[in-house]
Amino acid sequence: MIRSSVLIAVLIVALVLAVAFAVSFGETVLDLAAYGRAFTDPSSGEAAVLWQIRLPRALCALLVGAALGLAGAVMQGLLRNPLAEPGVIGVSGTAACAAAMAIIAGFAAIPGAVEVAALVGAALAGGLLVVVGARLKAPEALILFGVALSSFSGAATALIFNLSPSPVASAEVMSWLLGSVANRSWFDVMWVAVALGISAFFARLALSGLRMLTLGEDVARASGLPLAQLRVWALLAAAVASGAAVAVAGVIGFVGLAAPHLVRSSVRGDPGRILLPSALMGGLILVLADLATRLIPTDQELKLGVFTALIGAPLFAIMAWRAAREWRL
Amino acid sequence: MSLLTLHEASVEIERKPVLLQASLSVEGGEMVAICGPNGAGKSTLLKLAAGLHKPKAGHVAIHGRDLKTLSSHQRGEAVAYLAQERLIAWNLPAIEVAALGGLHLGQSDIMGRAQRALDMVGVGHLAMRGVADMSGGERARVLLARAMVTDAPVLIADEPVAGLDPDAELLVLERLRERAEGHSAVLLSLHDLSAAAKFADRVIVVADGRIVADAKPLDALTPDILREHFRIAGQWIETENGPLLATRRL
Repeated sequence: MIRSSVLIAVLIVALVLAVAFAVSFGETVLDLAAYGRAFTDPSSGEAAVLWQIRLPRALCALLVGAALGLAGAVMQGLLRNPLAEPGVIGVSGTAACAAAMAIIAGFAAIPGAVEVAALVGAALAGGLLVVVGARLKAPEALILFGVALSSFSGAATALIFNLSPSPVASAEVMSWLLGSVANRSWFDVMWVAVALGISAFFARLALSGLRMLTLGEDVARASGLPLAQLRVWALLAAAVASGAAVAVAGVIGFVGLAAPHLVRSSVRGDPGRILLPSALMGGLILVLADLATRLIPTDQELKLGVFTALIGAPLFAIMAWRAAREWRL
Repeated sequence: MSLLTLHEASVEIERKPVLLQASLSVEGGEMVAICGPNGAGKSTLLKLAAGLHKPKAGHVAIHGRDLKTLSSHQRGEAVAYLAQERLIAWNLPAIEVAALGGLHLGQSDIMGRAQRALDMVGVGHLAMRGVADMSGGERARVLLARAMVTDAPVLIADEPVAGLDPDAELLVLERLRERAEGHSAVLLSLHDLSAAAKFADRVIVVADGRIVADAKPLDALTPDILREHFRIAGQWIETENGPLLATRRL
């Protein structure tokens, strides 16, 4: 087992290396002279490739991954469930449905409208899960409710396609729903960075509540913490992070599941101390996953959301198997 | 003035009355056992006293102050609560679980306190072990240590010895007794009536949502009460280790 401070340092170094590698790799092969031009001549083609295409893409992957890692860790702490992940329990799906609705309704032209729609969708789903979670004692029951919510939001999104008058808009939404960070701009980077900062601020406020919820609803309520308020902070943290991730990159599943899972033992399960390593791990996973989609030779570039789902779903099955035993505490 | 007072407090859950006009008081230095058959309303009574249920009628007071006038922080400082459900969602080390009892209350030297609380209930040597790697009885004692980590004047424990082996049960009840003797008010639910008679200053019998007896143990757990509310025939035998209840089913 690695100490959490060591893990954080290792993750930061790995992230820097991964971003550097992602930026240096691409269809346009850059030699040393080209790198020289990219750094010295902002108007050169190499500078455009490096600073306007590759770096925003890599940073988008990092920040979206970090947002998903943070959202996953917060949701798991809030719902006391290692399988609570924004994608699995319907938060991402509802955010995507709300954003798809905004696009089809023609609001995409209004700056920030799709992003706000995704946030509202994520907040609605998160709120519903917290209300239901307070009434359901068994963690399995909440996951089943989340699966139902996910299915419903999927069906609602399908209905939007079904009733959409414009095939062009439908194709646009479909491409976006598959999840990708290709062709993202510095505006996208800024948007998700700000949202991640806000989410981290809310998560910090919710920290003591997440810890105390380890011991269940009643003990947490009796402990003297303003639990209702802390729950709202946690919910806002998860909703802002997952909503921002969906708004910028579409639906990218399982990062919020895998990231906390991979770092949990190094923080000995502490739902407060897990937040930072989980965010860093989420960022690392997504930078590497995006790199993989570019490296795997296919006629059409693999969509990031498709790739993470293909890797993440078997991981989810393994974790569900293990968690089922832990729930017998 | 009593540390903990319930005055004609009633509780409804999903519009069904589960506790009716319960009145009791617990002084500092007193250990009071709540006894009764399953489903009688013992846990509801303890949750009401801990501020987890709002009374439909009547009120609950700590140090004479109505519980609803206290802030959540003040309530947390005044009352430590051990739930019947022994939930620990994550595999935290025992010492960190124990420390959760006072971490947010700004307790100084919380890890030192947590270690002492674990030592007190006999699991100090397991301080760094993850709770998922412990037996049910060990986990129960870690959770009790968490409830005892602060100096809250009122300690409420819902079946603190359920599932413990006889040695651990005696240890835990002795520690709770010591806690009471240190001027705290200890209110706990127990199914072991002999243990209640041995350790508690008073026994409150709850049946069908009502308090049907509140007296010294042997005056509360009379053969009539045992027959009527526990549906057992019982006879108290004095032994050198305290009173022992010999029972048979009716």
